Amino acid sequence: MKTKKLINDGAAAVDEMLAGILAAHPRHLRVVEGSPRSIVANEGPRPGKVGLVIGGGSGHEPTFLGFVGKGLADAAAIGNVFASPPPDPIIECAKAVDGGAGVLFMYGNYAGDVMNFDMAAEMLAMDDIEARTVLTTDDVASAPIEQRERRRGVAGNVFIFKAAGAACDLMYSLDEVERVARWANDRTYTMGVALSPCSLPQTLKPNFQLGDDEMEIGMGIHGEPGVARGPLKPADQVTSELLDRILGEMKAERGDRVAVLVNSLGSTPLMELYIMMRKVKMMLDAAGIEIHLSLVGNYCTSLEMAGASITLMHLDDELQRLIDHPCDCVMFRSGEASR
Amino acid sequence: MTRTITVDDLKSLLNLIAEAMTREKSRLCELDGVIGDADHGIAMELGFSAAAKAAAVLDSATSDPTLVFNTAAKAFLNAVGASSGPLYATALMRAGASAKGKEFLTDDDLVDVFIALAKGIQDRGKAEIGEKTMVDAWAPAAAACGAARENRMPLATCLSEALAAAEAGTEATKDMIATKGRSSRLGERALGHIDPGAASATIVVSCFQTFFSP
Repeated sequence: MKTKKLINDGAAAVDEMLAGILAAHPRHLRVVEGSPRSIVANEGPRPGKVGLVIGGGSGHEPTFLGFVGKGLADAAAIGNVFASPPPDPIIECAKAVDGGAGVLFMYGNYAGDVMNFDMAAEMLAMDDIEARTVLTTDDVASAPIEQRERRRGVAGNVFIFKAAGAACDLMYSLDEVERVARWANDRTYTMGVALSPCSLPQTLKPNFQLGDDEMEIGMGIHGEPGVARGPLKPADQVTSELLDRILGEMKAERGDRVAVLVNSLGSTPLMELYIMMRKVKMMLDAAGIEIHLSLVGNYCTSLEMAGASITLMHLDDELQRLIDHPCDCVMFRSGEASR
Repeated sequence: MTRTITVDDLKSLLNLIAEAMTREKSRLCELDGVIGDADHGIAMELGFSAAAKAAAVLDSATSDPTLVFNTAAKAFLNAVGASSGPLYATALMRAGASAKGKEFLTDDDLVDVFIALAKGIQDRGKAEIGEKTMVDAWAPAAAACGAARENRMPLATCLSEALAAAEAGTEATKDMIATKGRSSRLGERALGHIDPGAASATIVVSCFQTFFSP
């Protein structure tokens, strides 16, 4: 069975999407000349500021390039669908945003991304640009807590990048930005559920099979199998399963504050996300945990996969300040810029 | 009988691999879909097509094997990224280093190139045999090829031994639990399934075997 997509040619989908994004948001974004997969914030980079470069495969929009803008990421290197970008566009992003204070690479922990970004960092070192790396590892389902460094990076990216981007905008040193980025990652937990598969533009075939009445807890954002498959349950029950696992790890006390993200994997509509958000609020109220900020919508998607993820960032004063810092990106705004 | 392997031979070999990946794309995507993200066939086709295309436009009169391999490496990497990009780009660059300074390759040189390819994959991915990756096909293939050559077997025999070893290694990935790459988070759920990277490696090895068979 084939799926239906509004595309012209599967192989051209990524480049045509980028052309559309640049057409829509010329005030925010530009492309590095001669490097069509390197997208830079017009008002991001400046002298003395650490440059934040994010990136990864396409197909997760608005991750990554929706988070490029003043106060958040300075540039994004864009790969093929679900595939890491090669070193070249990463290097061009780093050069474009280097303000002399160093560059931080942030991306989800996937083997392909690690190899390509590491190769880019090695090549940049030859040009005397220091590029450090902080991987995001927020996906609770992908490895036990003792092996946190093996976990995947998923929707929690938006909070983790946000905190690091704010630190860059506040002119923190590279050491301090790196510390904040690691801290933000350590305090962020995501758990997801998939209800139906996605399909790649090149194949138009579902990339995994899930029965009509089934759901899969912990499925990855590329369709990697999760931790448990079972019958589809009501939203409240699914939300409890996801949030219980997160709260079990987070060790929050009454009076603690969190930022909440209820994220659609692509085709799950706002109606269902708000039904889940309602239950999240009920559960956090019962636990005495305060919601400082909540986001509901498409933040880290998997093409047309149905399903959702819940993310909590366990705030402290510093993370709260950074999360509240204004930013202005094409698909995400906060602080004064959003008023 | 010793033949000389020219720049044009290497260009044809890359074409053969690219065509094989086009044929096998869907099968590789299906294998990947079971334990990963279903795009491995797309990456391998893109990569080897770009490599073959970039090599094809080199002037055969003024190019040497090293230039062919290095051009292919760069084209593969820039077309793909992903994890196959750095792995095959490193492999092809090692092949280029192995052939350095030579106008053409002898059968011995080709065996060295083949072993260098495998070593490049292993070094970049930092994987060992038994971890359910493309190394499970490449490492035994290189070992079998080298051993056959030491026993003074002709090149075609060396590569047939390599192919048999790659096929056996790929089959063995069914019984492995992955510890590298995206399938590594699956634990025992990846059991019973062939690793798509090992499967595509075997296709590359089979192209070497076909091309250098009498």
